[in-house]
Amino acid sequence: MFTLYARRRLINALSLGISVLAMLFGLFWLGWILVTLLDHGLPALNSAVFTRMTPPPGSSGGLLNAIFGSLMMTLIATLIGTPIGILAGTYLAEFGQRGWLAPVTRFINDVLLSAPSIVIGMFIYEIYVIRVGHFSGWGGALALSVLVIPVVIRTTENMLRLVPNTLREAAAALGAPQWKIISFVTLRASRAGILTGILLAVARISGETAPLLFTALNNQFWSSNMNQPMANLPVVIFQFAMSPYDDWHNLAWAGALLITFGVLTLNIVARVVFRQSATAH
Amino acid sequence: MVAEKIITPKLAVRDLNFFYGTFRALNDINLTIPEKMVTAFIGPSGCGKSTLLRTFNRMYQLYPKQKATGEVMLDGENILDKKQDLNTLRAKIGMVFQKPTPFPMSIYDNIAFGARLYERLSRHDMDERVEWALKKAALWAEVKDKLKQSGTSLSGGQQQRLCIARAIAVKPQVLLLDEPTSALDPISTAHIEKLIDELKAEFTIVIVTHNMQQAARVSDYTAYMYLGDLIEFGDTSTVFTNPRRKETEDYITGRFG
Repeated sequence: MFTLYARRRLINALSLGISVLAMLFGLFWLGWILVTLLDHGLPALNSAVFTRMTPPPGSSGGLLNAIFGSLMMTLIATLIGTPIGILAGTYLAEFGQRGWLAPVTRFINDVLLSAPSIVIGMFIYEIYVIRVGHFSGWGGALALSVLVIPVVIRTTENMLRLVPNTLREAAAALGAPQWKIISFVTLRASRAGILTGILLAVARISGETAPLLFTALNNQFWSSNMNQPMANLPVVIFQFAMSPYDDWHNLAWAGALLITFGVLTLNIVARVVFRQSATAH
Repeated sequence: MVAEKIITPKLAVRDLNFFYGTFRALNDINLTIPEKMVTAFIGPSGCGKSTLLRTFNRMYQLYPKQKATGEVMLDGENILDKKQDLNTLRAKIGMVFQKPTPFPMSIYDNIAFGARLYERLSRHDMDERVEWALKKAALWAEVKDKLKQSGTSLSGGQQQRLCIARAIAVKPQVLLLDEPTSALDPISTAHIEKLIDELKAEFTIVIVTHNMQQAARVSDYTAYMYLGDLIEFGDTSTVFTNPRRKETEDYITGRFG
């Protein structure tokens, strides 16, 4: 009797130990990445980064045009992708019980969710950039929106499915038509979850490089014209980090630090928003 | 307590069958539910009492594989008829569920939600309607100072009375209660039972309950169901003290179920 109990305790301690080790192993690399970023990025971070344009080699400058371009394209991509994603996710969760369209859409969406982003970039290059004849901010925003859509579809569907069916029945029992049930009851009940999904989608696209290489490309100068090639942090980092110039290296580190902490903040905000709504119910 | 009332039929069920896919859950049910009285459906789990209740507002239509055949006449009209408009039907027949289901909105909007579906009321009239419904549901005194608060912030018993208020704010003729107290504590249950007694002056009430004492306390008529059959239906005192059928007696005396 005692030996059986001792054996269980031993196995418990052993599996706990292995789990903690695995966790520390994973966390170690994350921590290392953050430390390296801070180590190289913080010294490079000064007010010029936020006030001056990307410089030619050998002279000093900042990242203002790239930060602005990234914000613009992320914003527009989110504005395009979010409504489509929410509507499609609502269709899958609320109307997708019968027929073949919903399962097919769900499958394609899963494929899209894991599609390499460079493929999305090439796709937009093929259907948009070639037709208009030049790289542009619109192209970049389009490519990013294609990345936003599947993330928002997936989270919207999952969050709506968490809404208990009794709530739908209660609204239906009052005689509410389905569009009212969905827009006033189920979407409202899951709005925090959907908002979290949108924030995570924004976090996902704000670091994407590949889809922008083929679409927005880059721009050394200030440009707020979406119809022109547009500077953006990921491509600037890529270009500057590959260069032989120290000034450019430093700016690349500063840009990497900005993106990483931006994404980190978004993730934390998403978690806080979701947790607050979870305790409110 | 039945004697002084004039009995007029409100709902008449004729040869009703119900199917979950190919499984037949109700077998040729026939019964008449009297107006402005409380009718209770009792029976062991899975006997079809909730299924029967849910045919009265065609709740089953949310689910593609469920179907009903036969007739349920409401004031002489067959509500199972395809021509029957679901929204008008549900304006006449309200429902309260086992678990409280407050909507994610304010207490006021919870009540106004249903009323707004059918009537365009002025601000003042809507305020009055909300107050009327909350008073009828014996909740007004507890919430009158926090109508803007979320409905989900109330306690379980309060939430259930909120759901009753929401159902009667539409001014239905029939109120369906599907085990309305099974998730509540004894004090909240007593509240709701008292409420049922008051509400039957204005509404026809049908209640499904697992609790036989509750059926005996609140209802005027009782239907005992078992495995999709209606075994016995009659006025509550007779069903409980002098049942015609042996199965009913076994269930009521606790020898079975």
